[in-house]
Amino acid sequence: MTDTTPPCPRRFGRFAAGLAIMPLLAGCSHAHLSFLAPQGPIAAAQRDHFWLVIAITLVVVLPVFVLTPVIVWRYRYGGRAAYRPRWSFSRRLEYVIWGIPFLIVGILAVFLWRQTYALDPYNPLPADNEPLHVQVVGYDWKWLFIYPDQHIATVDELVFPDDRPLALELTSDTVMQSFFIPSLGSQVYAMNGMVTRLHLAADGPGRFRGENSQYNGKGFHTQRFTARAVSDATFSDFVERVRRQGRALDRPTYQILDGRNTVPELARALDGTGDDALRFSAIPDGLFSAIVAGVPIQSLLPGPVVTSARQTPLHQPQGGTP
Amino acid sequence: MTATPSRHPGLNLGRAHQEAHDACEVLVFGFWVFMMSDLIIFGLLFANYVTQLDALAGGPGPGELFEMKSAFLETLLLLTSSFTYGLASYCLKYRHGRGWLTAWLGVTLLLGLAFIGFELHDFHKMAGEGGVPSRSGFLSAFFALVPLHGLHVASACLWMVVLMVQMCVHGLDTGVKTGLVRLGLLWHFLDIVWVGIFSLVYLGGLA
Amino acid sequence: MTLNHFLDLALGRLDWHALPFWEMIEQPTLSHIVNGSIVTAAASLVVLGALATVVLITRFGKWRVLWSDWLTSVDHKRIGIMFIVVALVMLARAIIEAVFMRAQQAVGLDGGFLSAEHFGEFFTTHGTIMVFFMAMPFLTGVINYVMPLQIGARDLSFPVMNSVSLGLTAAGAALIMVSLVLTPFSTGGWSGYPPFTEASFNPGAGVDYWIWAVTLSSLGSTMTGINFAVTIYKERAPGMHLFRMPLFCWTALCTSILMIFAMPPLTVATAMLALDRYLDFHFFTQDLGGDMMNYVNLFWLFGHPEVYILILPAFGVFSEVFSTFSGKRLYGYKGLVIATMCIAVLSFTVWLHHFFTMGQSPSINAAFGIATMLIGVPTGVKIYDWMLTMYRGRVRLTIPMVYALGFLILFVLGGMTGILLANPSIDYQVHNTLFLVAHFHNMLVPGLLFGMLAGYQMWFPKAFGFRLETRWGYRAAYAWIAGFILAFFPLYALGLLGMPRRAVGFIEPAYLPWTIIAGIGALVVLFALFSLVMQFWLSLRHRHENRVPVGDPWDGRSLEWATPAPVPEYNFPVTPEVSSRDAFMREKDLGQAYQRPAEYRDITMPANSALGPILTVTGFLMAFGLVWYLWWLVLLAGVASVGALIARSFVRRTTKVISAEEVRETHEAWLRQVDETQAVKRDKEQDTSNRGRPAAPVSGAVQ
Repeated sequence: MTDTTPPCPRRFGRFAAGLAIMPLLAGCSHAHLSFLAPQGPIAAAQRDHFWLVIAITLVVVLPVFVLTPVIVWRYRYGGRAAYRPRWSFSRRLEYVIWGIPFLIVGILAVFLWRQTYALDPYNPLPADNEPLHVQVVGYDWKWLFIYPDQHIATVDELVFPDDRPLALELTSDTVMQSFFIPSLGSQVYAMNGMVTRLHLAADGPGRFRGENSQYNGKGFHTQRFTARAVSDATFSDFVERVRRQGRALDRPTYQILDGRNTVPELARALDGTGDDALRFSAIPDGLFSAIVAGVPIQSLLPGPVVTSARQTPLHQPQGGTP
Repeated sequence: MTATPSRHPGLNLGRAHQEAHDACEVLVFGFWVFMMSDLIIFGLLFANYVTQLDALAGGPGPGELFEMKSAFLETLLLLTSSFTYGLASYCLKYRHGRGWLTAWLGVTLLLGLAFIGFELHDFHKMAGEGGVPSRSGFLSAFFALVPLHGLHVASACLWMVVLMVQMCVHGLDTGVKTGLVRLGLLWHFLDIVWVGIFSLVYLGGLA
Repeated sequence: MTLNHFLDLALGRLDWHALPFWEMIEQPTLSHIVNGSIVTAAASLVVLGALATVVLITRFGKWRVLWSDWLTSVDHKRIGIMFIVVALVMLARAIIEAVFMRAQQAVGLDGGFLSAEHFGEFFTTHGTIMVFFMAMPFLTGVINYVMPLQIGARDLSFPVMNSVSLGLTAAGAALIMVSLVLTPFSTGGWSGYPPFTEASFNPGAGVDYWIWAVTLSSLGSTMTGINFAVTIYKERAPGMHLFRMPLFCWTALCTSILMIFAMPPLTVATAMLALDRYLDFHFFTQDLGGDMMNYVNLFWLFGHPEVYILILPAFGVFSEVFSTFSGKRLYGYKGLVIATMCIAVLSFTVWLHHFFTMGQSPSINAAFGIATMLIGVPTGVKIYDWMLTMYRGRVRLTIPMVYALGFLILFVLGGMTGILLANPSIDYQVHNTLFLVAHFHNMLVPGLLFGMLAGYQMWFPKAFGFRLETRWGYRAAYAWIAGFILAFFPLYALGLLGMPRRAVGFIEPAYLPWTIIAGIGALVVLFALFSLVMQFWLSLRHRHENRVPVGDPWDGRSLEWATPAPVPEYNFPVTPEVSSRDAFMREKDLGQAYQRPAEYRDITMPANSALGPILTVTGFLMAFGLVWYLWWLVLLAGVASVGALIARSFVRRTTKVISAEEVRETHEAWLRQVDETQAVKRDKEQDTSNRGRPAAPVSGAVQ
């Protein structure tokens, strides 16, 4: 881990299979998990909205919880309460049971409309500082974060200065995925051949759990990452360090990155150990748009041309035919 | 004629065919409902076609592939066949012999088969010019919509043959009569769908 | 032609790898052995179960009975029962799968015992089965049995088509069962999103199993929808105006209308996916202009109305349960009808809320979000209508009522989380997480399954002539409620903690306590299933003490209770005349129930037909051939299907006549039995003294 990373505390109930991947996933329980303990303005607004909707809805829900047992008891078989077997309509009650839900949905609709616009993930966030641009590419089963202005890229590690919002552009080089950092804010799908956008910000330094929430095959559950908000200085150090010590994203490396593998498998395939194993320096301009357009990436990258097929199927075809 | 209440929308067989007339009430209503469901399928394929108009992926588009002359001829064939089926329906209702009915059904069948023949010829020609469904999203959408209609016409032709054979075996009984009423609905329905295809796919492709 | 060529043609892509234990023999790692053993055990259960059924039927010489009384029967009651049998068998399998998944996640911190692939098959089959082969056949079966009786009809409008619907559903279910023996199944989830399910990512047989099973089911359901709708419009007894129908029939009508319009999008979606996979079309592929978003739209254009297809009939059952067991008219009948119609219409306007996070503009999201919340209004009205039905009634806590009350409370919670999910800004947080999973289970377990189980408990005596045992029945009901709470409330918490759905494992220790509780909940649900089996077994053993030949064990209100239990094939000796809502209750109130008809007439009933079972077999074989590329089989089965349809169209003796004499004898014997039977008060309702004749009310009060 980098210098700012606190040590991972011991965890119990850990099974052998998971041991190897832990350090690479930065899978440390210190990362914030939930928007109910929000770490950024978007998640905080979502939490408030969440509780507000619950509070308003309770107006209709609570009477059901309270009145149902009361009615069942009071009008039980053998009880002495009034019995009106033919009573089946009351205009006054109709007004109430249609009116109140309509009213509540009306109120909720106002909030819904406002919040949907206010929290639209495509909205740039108001901030004093310029946002940090990051381009996110979903692969099977990891995320590549390209920092176009810094010309670096990382796998499953998103580092950004805590006083600058994040402006993300997302795509997928494989099936549909959903990019999600719950404690910071919204999730948005990343789709092949398309670009979606997402804006997030953190309140301060911290570690936030990020994930893909859309099933995409057997490595899906390992597609977790940690997002870190750090101080400006630390961020500069980080960028410097990646530029200096990151590996070159050449053709053979990209070929492996593009394959179907989890992060530990990727690191093994790249013979990488240590923190800088999956950090890339000297990223060429236009890598992201080339991936979106589906044009051959090879021409952008240095190194020997690799010709073998890009996608390795998850299942080999059944049966005798090749 | 006015004395017999209408049992269902469309041509009622009337009192002269009392048993079939009664049986039609439920059968034809059910068939209308089925056609509503089928229409949803065509509607979705139309919608899919429209969304995929630009998905040429560098392959040939409407301008290169569609031949208006042939499509127009197919339209004429199908519209005429609807007219001849209408004549067959009137023969069924008012002329209680089999001769004219069989004759008009035969003409309709021939027109239907000619339509399928021309359509197959079109597809063959398109394939020769690289217009195959595996070429692009646009062509996939085309080949989902238009051949599905053709498949419907083919099934309707098969149904017509089966009904004609039944007429030989059982005579013009209730089963055959109700079958002919329903087939008529299907035939006209397919005509309407084709008008949609001709306007949207062929004429729209020209624009 | 060499032998190899011949084998390729004959076996398609079937080979040893399809056997569930092959992988563990080839590569005996621990994971392969564990997972291989589980699948092998399941496959053995399927094979042994099928063998045992065959042996038992042969041993007791029941083949003829099975063929002529059941498989070729076009009686709506028998077809309904067969639908429910399919549903219960599939329910058992899908629950066991759910238990495996919960067990895996209970030990899923950094590991567990299931492989990721295997887990993927589990959640895919679980979802597919529960929606298409448990819920759909269950509600179809209940409607099949009850609706014609309630509207005073002799059968559905198209009895043979009904048998074909059953056949196609059964063929789909069989295909899913066979996928246990000749593996694998899809891992793409019940919604089967491409491009993951495209040939470039999943070329194996799994997705094809899914496509054809679902397609068979959707074709069957379309026909069912047409059949029900036409029946309700055309076959009602004289005087049974639409607004005199029991509410269950209204929900059946709305459900069937939804089926007619919502199943085609599914058929289109799966057919297009099949074209992509088999013939290299480009509807949803990543290259050459394919667009997976079209699939997502098509699927949910079906998928959201489907939710209401599932839930509305249960609403109908609950309406019957609440009024019957409160001894009172249904409150706000017209309001409930309007609410049901509103829900049916609105259900077509909300499909986009399944993918708020796809990046469309906020105005679109907001519009669909508000439309979604609007559905909460009629649903809320229904809840209050049911409460007001109990209000000023005489509430009896029978087993159906326990399910209904459990539903009432739990469903409201699910509704609340639904309102939360309808807010796009909140959905951005809980979409694709276990919160969502908890929500739709919260709607479908109480909202569908409890309803169907309540219906099963209530109408079982009608169908078989004896009441179900109560001790295990109550246990099952309470275990369902408790198990549901334990299994799914933790999933809300996990979702709020950001745990995605469909994850075989996780790395956050914070999830562990919740997954363990959910695992315990799954075991309680398993106990509920066991209780249902015990209840059935004990009921069967003590059926003679629990007979209710008079046929009205619950002091019912609608026409089905006016018939003997079990109901004769022709339902009513003479078609009833209806003059009000709650038709049978009115007769009882006026002391006019169980009257001798003035005259008996010959009754014409639809004759048996082999078309249903033939299409079951050919439909299954065609789908199986398509899955494994056995083109000769596809061709043969296809020709056989068309041939059978044509042959059927030549059949002219499609009816049989039950003589007036026979009807008279049966009916008079039953009327004598009615006279001899002691009427019981409602406190003896679940007692052996209840022979199906309720005591008349005294000064208005239920006795």
